[in-house]
Amino acid sequence: MRDAFISVLAEIARIDKNVMLLTGDLGFGVLTEFAYEFPKQYLNVGVAEQNMTGIAAGLALEGKTVFTYSIGNFNTMRCLEQIRNDVCYHDLNVKIVSIGGGFCYGALGISHHATEDLAIMSSLPNLKVVAPADKMETKLATFEVYNNTGPFYLRLGRGGESELYSNPPKFIIGKSIPVFIGGDIAILSIGGILENVMKARLILFNEGIKTSVYSFHTLRPFDYDQIQKLINQVKLIVTVEEHLAKGGLGSRVSEILAGKYGDRPALLRIGLGDNFMSEVGDQNYLREQTGLAPYQIANSVKYEIKRNKI
Amino acid sequence: MIGQDTITLAKKIRMHALKMTNRGKSSHIGSVLSMADIIAVLYGEVLKKNSKNPLWPDRDRFILSKGHAGAGIYAALAETGFFPIGWLAQHYACGSKLSGHISHKGIPGVEFSTGSLGHGLPVGTGMAYAARMEGKKHRVFVLLSDGECDEGSNWEAVLFAAHHKLSNLIVIIDYNKIQSLDTVANTINLEPFNSKWTAFGWNVIEMDGHDHDQLKDKLNVSVHYGEKPICFIAHTIKGKGVTFMENSVLWHYRSPQGEEFVAAMSELES
Repeated sequence: MRDAFISVLAEIARIDKNVMLLTGDLGFGVLTEFAYEFPKQYLNVGVAEQNMTGIAAGLALEGKTVFTYSIGNFNTMRCLEQIRNDVCYHDLNVKIVSIGGGFCYGALGISHHATEDLAIMSSLPNLKVVAPADKMETKLATFEVYNNTGPFYLRLGRGGESELYSNPPKFIIGKSIPVFIGGDIAILSIGGILENVMKARLILFNEGIKTSVYSFHTLRPFDYDQIQKLINQVKLIVTVEEHLAKGGLGSRVSEILAGKYGDRPALLRIGLGDNFMSEVGDQNYLREQTGLAPYQIANSVKYEIKRNKI
Repeated sequence: MIGQDTITLAKKIRMHALKMTNRGKSSHIGSVLSMADIIAVLYGEVLKKNSKNPLWPDRDRFILSKGHAGAGIYAALAETGFFPIGWLAQHYACGSKLSGHISHKGIPGVEFSTGSLGHGLPVGTGMAYAARMEGKKHRVFVLLSDGECDEGSNWEAVLFAAHHKLSNLIVIIDYNKIQSLDTVANTINLEPFNSKWTAFGWNVIEMDGHDHDQLKDKLNVSVHYGEKPICFIAHTIKGKGVTFMENSVLWHYRSPQGEEFVAAMSELES
């Protein structure tokens, strides 16, 4: 995803000389070509995320469109107040791009597990929060993040993700993408975990259970309309995220369901618990430790079908 | 203010701020009094600005990073024609836009909102970097408090600005030597302060932050790209102008009420 992002940003930077990329001294091997081609539009501010975000705000106040780049929690939590006060309160054209959402950097330890970011970032006024699922979504998202004025958080994976789409989907900020349609069960996914959700769908399909799958790439603004439609269409909504089960996609859906009178679908939220990982491992290993492997997602859905007598 | 001298402007800023903090029962009068002369010289003489066109592209930028002293900037902006003086009566009031810590929303002339310390300098650094990219000649002034220099984010920007030789970036430190709960020396000592900034690659100039002649002489710098950024360490007295508030930790938070307000006002008026 990071290569998809930077290739699109280069396309944009060739045309719009007001676009700038700031890094907090990260992006080895990823940003090299961009830095070489656009020396005036590239700035390594050093290992200083608070300053990077403040500088981004200052540049944006002077008319620049600024992308800040780092990994994990560094350009989100380390400088959260700069994002809140300097970027969001002033509603500036600053796009915060973090690589390594979820357990991408699993073996590096908890400092590099970005597993609370969606909850935290989506609580900030004026900030739009987007987490694309694969390279295709990342390319489309990067254009949209650039085209839409104002602050954004763009949560990306790392590299080497599978291609999930055979044709480019219609990508609109705040509108989910229907990936598969059919059945009484809708599985909603945010970010790179869509890959496992699609595998889980196949497992279920082979056992005669039809499910719809939606990529909810934007947490804010949220696609309330789609949830309202699903409330009338399905018996079970499942949310899957490589993130705390609280505060992200599952929470958004539960808030809507909680305000709904009468018949409503059951809700299963699949995500992480309120604890740090006690062991490290690669992304797939940690996904399995937290119930996010394809077979585990499928089993959780089957259990919920049985429990709710669907 | 058109036509009024900076001494008169400083006096008016002090009186407005005293009335505002009295009316709002709010804090930080000591912090406003300490920087009032600096602000009067900046707004009265140094800053290139246009009250009829607050976002004039060639204006000098000014960021108050010690946002808790916002009452002083609101007063200076009102006195220099950015908005009616009558607005000041709404400071700190329910439904008002004039918050205790400075905010730009709906207030012409406020460049940037602060209130949490350590934010203004990184933002000013970004503005200065952008100005240099475009070859602009305007200056970016950032006023810091001394206690604020405890914040590490400032030093990130200090490193960056020196590395990039942002000579259009001008820091002024209101060095009144008192912070929120105690003196700077007893809290986190900044000395040797000059040497620190010098070692970080800044051109450091010390001055009396209440001497208008010195302030006028020194603050009006011109931009020569490729040189060091400038740090003015302005030696000031917290609570300056009201004898019983001077050099007192108490008046960082205490609000001027009752007889104390009357006594302070009469001293400022005299």
